[in-house]
Amino acid sequence: MLAPVLFFLFAAVAIAASIGTLLARNPVNSALSLIVNLLAVASLYLTLNAAFIGIVQVLVYAGAIMVLFLFVIMLLNLEATPVLEAIDKRILAGYAGGTLLLGAITYLLARGLGALPTFEIAESAAATGTPRALALNLFTTYALPFELIGLLLLVATIGAVMIAKKRFV
Amino acid sequence: MEPITLNWYLALSAVLFIIGVLGVLLRRNAIVILMSVEIMLNAVNLSLVAISQALGETSGQILVFFVMSVAAAEAAIGLALVIALFRRKTSVDVQTLSLFRR
Repeated sequence: MLAPVLFFLFAAVAIAASIGTLLARNPVNSALSLIVNLLAVASLYLTLNAAFIGIVQVLVYAGAIMVLFLFVIMLLNLEATPVLEAIDKRILAGYAGGTLLLGAITYLLARGLGALPTFEIAESAAATGTPRALALNLFTTYALPFELIGLLLLVATIGAVMIAKKRFV
Repeated sequence: MEPITLNWYLALSAVLFIIGVLGVLLRRNAIVILMSVEIMLNAVNLSLVAISQALGETSGQILVFFVMSVAAAEAAIGLALVIALFRRKTSVDVQTLSLFRR
């Protein structure tokens, strides 16, 4: 069975890349690590037989959104942060909050995961991951939200152009 | 080797989400904070797809589709705000934002 090997491989890549995003001093390296993370998650979608979502992930996230990020980083010509950032109370509070949340979620996971019924990702799940199965639902039951998303994207585009304009600020 | 169950995907999703939260809390570069938000959205998407496939349902994947659209809108608006911020302060360090602290 190849599936567990693939899962752990892509999971390790995803976690390592997201930690890399966090730790990189240069924003460009952060963005490149994030692209690796997004591609690993897209591969995980493929191991779940969710082919359509996996491909959309590569096209929309790794393609469009990350190009936008890299474009802005290069437009602003940012420098890498110095090695030692001044440690003040806010950073310490951030560490404390993060550790607390990590503890809370780990505790809930340890308690809750055993209680969950153990589903297995069935081979038949391939049928619910195809573009056909998604479209049948998306354009009937979820037709109105679909149209609203179009409106949201239009408003966001206009808003982004307005905010980034020179005279606005 | 036993087959991978839903629990593994949910655990991975939680770990990625926490890494995203830590990024938002610890980093001061506004662009890296936006990227950490993307990691968090992505982690939630992963759990939605895993649950949807485990239940043999398409609704979860349609929700993921909508989340991706909202993430695209959020990235566009957020980066526009970063550009506007950079124009005023010539920095994207969120510590320099003290407009209301008077």
